[in-house]
Formats: sequence, structure tokens, C-alpha cells
Amino acid sequence: MIRKSTIALALTATLAFAGDAVAQTPKKGGSFQFAISAETPHYDCHGSDTYATLHFASPFYSTLLQFDLPKYPAVKGDLAQSWTVSPDLMTFTFKLTPNVKFADGQPLTSADVKATYDRLRNPPDGVVSTRKATFADIGTIETPDPLTVVFKMKAINAAMLEHFASPWNCIYAAKDLAADPNSPKVKINGTGPFIFSEHAKGSHVIGKKNPNYFKPGLPHLDEWKGVFMLQAAAMRTALQGGQVLAEFRSVSPPERDSLVQAMGDKLRIEESSWTLNLLLTFNTEKKPFDDVRVRKALSLAIDRWGGSAGLSKNSTLRAVGGVIRPGSPSATPEAELVKLPGFSKDINASREEAKRLLREAGVPDLKFTLHNRTIPQPYTPAGIYLVDQWRRIGVTAENKQFETAPYLAGLNSGNFEVAVDFSNLFMDDSSLGLSKYLSLGKSSENKSRSVDAELDSLYDRHMRETDPKKRIVLIQAFEKRLFDQSYQVPILWWHRIVATHKTVMGWEMSPSHNLGQDLAQVWLNQ
Amino acid sequence: MTTIATTEKAEPARRPRSQILEFMRQQPMGAASFVVIVVMMFAGVFAERVAPHDPLDIDFGGILAPPSWEHWTGTDAFGRDTFSRIIYGARTALIIGFASSFIGSSLGALLGATCAYFGGRVDMVIQRFVDIMLSFPIIVLALVVVAVLGKWQVLGIDINLIFAIAIPIVPNVTRIVRSAALSVRAMPYIDAARTAGYSHLRIICRHMLPNLMAPYLIMLTAYIAQAILLEASLSFLGLGVAEPTPAWGLMLSGNATDFFREAPWMALFPGIAISLAVFAFSLFGDSLRDWLDPKFKV
Repeated sequence: MIRKSTIALALTATLAFAGDAVAQTPKKGGSFQFAISAETPHYDCHGSDTYATLHFASPFYSTLLQFDLPKYPAVKGDLAQSWTVSPDLMTFTFKLTPNVKFADGQPLTSADVKATYDRLRNPPDGVVSTRKATFADIGTIETPDPLTVVFKMKAINAAMLEHFASPWNCIYAAKDLAADPNSPKVKINGTGPFIFSEHAKGSHVIGKKNPNYFKPGLPHLDEWKGVFMLQAAAMRTALQGGQVLAEFRSVSPPERDSLVQAMGDKLRIEESSWTLNLLLTFNTEKKPFDDVRVRKALSLAIDRWGGSAGLSKNSTLRAVGGVIRPGSPSATPEAELVKLPGFSKDINASREEAKRLLREAGVPDLKFTLHNRTIPQPYTPAGIYLVDQWRRIGVTAENKQFETAPYLAGLNSGNFEVAVDFSNLFMDDSSLGLSKYLSLGKSSENKSRSVDAELDSLYDRHMRETDPKKRIVLIQAFEKRLFDQSYQVPILWWHRIVATHKTVMGWEMSPSHNLGQDLAQVWLNQ
Repeated sequence: MTTIATTEKAEPARRPRSQILEFMRQQPMGAASFVVIVVMMFAGVFAERVAPHDPLDIDFGGILAPPSWEHWTGTDAFGRDTFSRIIYGARTALIIGFASSFIGSSLGALLGATCAYFGGRVDMVIQRFVDIMLSFPIIVLALVVVAVLGKWQVLGIDINLIFAIAIPIVPNVTRIVRSAALSVRAMPYIDAARTAGYSHLRIICRHMLPNLMAPYLIMLTAYIAQAILLEASLSFLGLGVAEPTPAWGLMLSGNATDFFREAPWMALFPGIAISLAVFAFSLFGDSLRDWLDPKFKV
């Protein structure tokens, strides 16, 4: 049903337009209104997994480094003016840009960077850092002068530089953290291109141009307004009518076709594979999901290959893959993937095996509740699909969908049986991709509450391995162990389709909707 | 006077069968709408036998198939048979429609009778509360209740949704039943019951409410239509029943709007089902009022 000709036309127009954009000089001023399809439960980048936080907060904050999106996954400086890495990869030294000020006027120093990374790697009691596992290899952080930060590692992490470019590492003021380590959840004080102006819950967030922004000539916009639009139809209508000029997460294939047909050459469509994976997470602390046979049976029942073909027509779900984005260098190739439990192309045999496992476990007619999210794409199609797949092995699941805040609260507190979860990555490196599956305590992103020393050991070994081929072998061993135990299993990987009005300039497309959202370079060609 | 005489004369002589025939003769539109309601109820109750396909069965090979002998009203974006989903959707609509209308109307009737019986301060307090409730449009009130109560699903039916729809019905029924109950309250048998020392509860439930059955039944029937429409509206807004439960409002939202150009049947047929159900219940309610209310028989 996808009209290939119209899409091709739109993409061609996009490329042609991109060429125009390069040649044009950015126009200053204007107010940019865009849609955000979920509302953040809090403002703290460090403790969040959801784009809802980044699309809200990124424009207010800076990070040490950033991904250079036209050259992705290369990195460039943000607060760091320059940096050096020791040959043994054990020391990272950053020189900070001078005269940077927080929104409240206090100057940024290396102490702020140290306080931020201390909070990320070793959060105080009552503070959640979902990046704890990522920065566990940092040994010490030194601040020899106000503009120099030195990270000394306990162990090698080959992707550490990319981790310093993570959009989640918003730099907070040391003074604010000392006063209240949880203050970033409710208060915004950053060094980003925009200053927080207003958050009307359920309605919008407004950012105003930061006159003291440290990058000369930026930002171009005077103001932006992010409007929360939880209903896909409302967002599409607003985009079509020009009430909003963009939505940076993704639209679905039918939404794309509908918009292209309605708006023609006023619309720009950009597509990419996505570093985002929809997962099925079992609460291993609840019966009968503490039984590996039950978890494995529910994974085996899902026809991922058939689902990929069907769901790619009506949702943002597309590729079949393991824990690393399909097509990226470390991803398990299809020939190997089909040997893993739940990924066989012989779905009838898999389902027979699933029924046998459920009988063995004593729950042949299992009934449970699927904890899901109200965001339509792709959570609703995924819920519909999973319920159907499990019915085929005699299992009854009730799809319960929750708004972002209660959905995340349920996941984090373990108040669910089986959940549609996500692995929201910003790069393909396995040090990030695998960290979600580490034991509870090592990774706060692990919502299955599982503890598995073998997975932890495989992760550690892979992190220390410098030979790329041996590293891939360890990644595949990790995947095999993970899928055999089925604590958290991938459903499908996502496909990103971003629709923007052609008046929106300077925004860069990437495989991650977490990146490039500070809006510093965005301008309006009106 | 003439009206009362006619009613008093005719009623003792009527047998159920002749009453039905009389209703059909006097209210042909009401009778026709009653047939539609019976068909809907039959389809809802015996959905497993009536529906040609399983409403939850996904078939990616048959996505967005147009109406055909195999799929009378086509298929949706998951290849599910929309006719079967409409039939099962009747069950959802009727369960939620009947349950919320019954709860709302019964509670409203009880409050209305209580107001009329006690009068004075009790009447004043309840009626001011009713005034506040009536100042909100019914859909807004339902939205607020859904937002406050959240979801509590049992067997795919959202119990809180039933209450969310029932609550806005209460003030409307209270106001109407109160006005009818005021005349019942003035009847000598109520005074006799009070003189005999019966409790307030007994007088309200045993002596007043049975005499308010006509307005109650009319309101009950009329609000089923409203409840079905509200359920469809809330489901369309994503606040009603959840996928993959077949529900008419839900069938109009999501992929139905995404694919309305390629597959108009996805929205058309559930839309017809909603319209037909609302029309049938409204018309039946009106006919029942004309039939039961002596004032309309003049």
C-alpha cells in the first residue's frame, strides 16, 4: 500500500533541497514550533531512557562532546574545546571552552564536569543514573585547573570517546547538585543554546534564545515551542496545517504517505534505520516468569520474520535483529541469527516447542497482562501483534497501555508481568548495546530484574577485548546466553521516518532520535 | 381526565402479546428500531457463532483487502476481518452501553426520588450538586472521570470506563426523575405509608420507585444510545477500551485514519454500526416514551 512513487519523489525532493540548504545563509530569529509525541516524566537527562526527556531538555544543556551527524559516528567538541586520548586509551583529557555560563549566570568550570560525571557513574542515594554501567570503568576524575578535566580509566573501554558524546550526559552545575542531588529532576539550569522559559504540563514547553551561548552566532532561533501531541492523528493534522513544523521522532509509513500526498513539495521526508529496538521484557521476580521455560516459550511463539514483513507496512517496526542494530559492523548476521531461539524461520516448529515448554512448566493455558505504552507507534501495533502471536500457542495476554510516566514507573518498580520495553541507543557500539542486559544492580536499564553472572562476565570480557573479530565472537556468545535465558528479548528494530516542513533548516537526520536535538543550528527559511 | 380514564380502562385488559402488537401499530419506527436492537444483541451475545472469522486473527497476507465474499466489510491494517470485529464490537458497545446506562439511570432515579421525598435541605444540596454536574458537557465530564480513575480492565472491558460514562448520566436522570417523583410524593398512599410508620428507605424503594418506572425506563433506553456514543468517542480518543479488543470507536481511530484513502471501509462500516446503534436506541427510547407516557397519548 505504500506509494513508492510518491515517496521516491519526496526523497528526491529532499536531496535536492538538502543541496539548496547548504548554499543558503541561515536567517536569524523566529519562533519554531514542533511536536513532541510524549511528555517527559521529569527533566533529568541522567535518569531517563526516553526521547521525551531529550526532545524537551537537550536545547537547555551542553555535553562534553557531540556526535558530528553528517559524519556519524564521528564526534566533535561541544563544551570541550579540544581533547587528547593517551595511546593506551586509559587517560582522556578535555580542555573546556572558556567563559561559558549557566543560565543562572554562574560560570562553568571543570568542577561542574566532575560533579556531573560523578553523579552519572556513582549516583548518590535516591538518585537514578541509567548510565551507571557505562561509566563504571572511570577510575578517577581530576580537575587540575578550572578549564581542564582528566578522566583516568580503571579499564579499557574502546568506545569511551563516543560515550562522552552521549546526549544523556547533560552537564549540571556542581553547586546545584551539592544543594540537592535530585534538583535536575525539577529544575533546569544548563549552558545550552536556549534558556528554559515555561513548561505547561500536558500542553507545551518553551525555550528562549540564550544570549550568552558560548558558540558564536548561535542559536539562530529566538524561541522554540515543543507541543505535546500524544495522538498521532492530531500531530499529523497539526503538521499538515502548519501549526507545528516538525516532529523529530518518527511518523509511521502510512502517516508518511498521507502527509506526502497532502503536502506535496512543502514537506521533507528523511528516512534511516534506527538505533532503537523494541523488546519483550519478563519480570523474572514474578511467577511463572521466573521459569526460563515460560520466558523462552513466549519468545519462541513470535514470528519475527513474518512480523517484520507485515508490521513494516503499518508501523515503524521493521528489521529483525539481535541486540546490535542489524547491518551495523558488530551485528549478528542473519545466517547466525536464525540459529538462536526465537529467530528461526520455521515458526511452526518454534511454536510446537513453545507449547511443549509451557506444558512442561505446568502453564499450558497461561494468562497474563502485557504492560505497554500508549504512544501509538510502534507500541500499539506491537501489542496487537504479540497478543495474536501468543494466542497461537494457547496463551491469553491482555494488552494494557499506559501514559509515559506510569508506564516507566511500572517498568522501574517491577510492577508488571511482561512488558513491551525498548533499548534506546544513540550509537551502535556494543558497550552500549549490551549494557541494558547486565544484572540488576549493574544496569538500572535492566527492567527484567534478572541477575546473570555469565552475562556480566561475557560483557566484561568483551569490553577488554581489543581484537574486533574476537569481540564479535563474545557478542554472539552474549546474545546466545541472553536468548537462551530470555530475560529480555528483541521483538523488532525500528525504522525512522522524520517529516519536517521545508522551511525548517539546519536540522540533521541520524539513526538515533536522541541526537542533534539541541536545535542550535536550526533556522527557519520564512 | 380523559387521559387517565383511557389508560385505566385499557391497561387491565392488555395481554403482553396484544401490547406488543399495539406498540408495533402505534410506533412502527420504534418497532423497527427494536428489531435492530434485537439483531445487535443477538450478534453480540452469539458473536462466536455469528462472526465468520476470529476478530483477533492477524493475516498479513490479507492487509487492507476490500469488501468481498470472504470479508464482507473488508480487512484492516493487520488483515483482521472488520465484519467480525464489528460483530464483536457490538458486544463491547452493548455491555458498556447497558452497564453504564443502568448504573447511571438507577443512581439518578434513586437520587431523584430521594430529593423529592425528603425535599428541603437534602433536595437543595443534591440539586446544587446536580447543577454543577450539568454545567459540564457530558463528554468533558466523562473525559475528566476517565483521567482521574485511569484504567481497570476485567476481561478486556474497562470497568472504570463504565463508571466514567455512568457518572455524567446521573445528574440528567436525577433532575428528570425528581420532577416525576414530586407528583408521586404528593399521592395519598405515600402519606399512608408514612403514617403506618414505614422507614424512609422502604417508602422510597417500595412505594415511590415502582411508580417512577416509566420515566426510568425511558431514560435508561435513551442513555444507552448516549453511552454507546460516549464509549465510541472515548475509544476514538484512546481513553476507552484498548487494542486488540474489538470496539467500534477504536476501529475508527489509529490505522483507520492512517489508511482512510486506501481503505475507507475501515472507518465506514464501524461508523455505520455506531450510527445505526445510536439511532436505534434513541428512536426506541422516544417511541417508548410516547407509548408509556400518558401525556403523549392524548
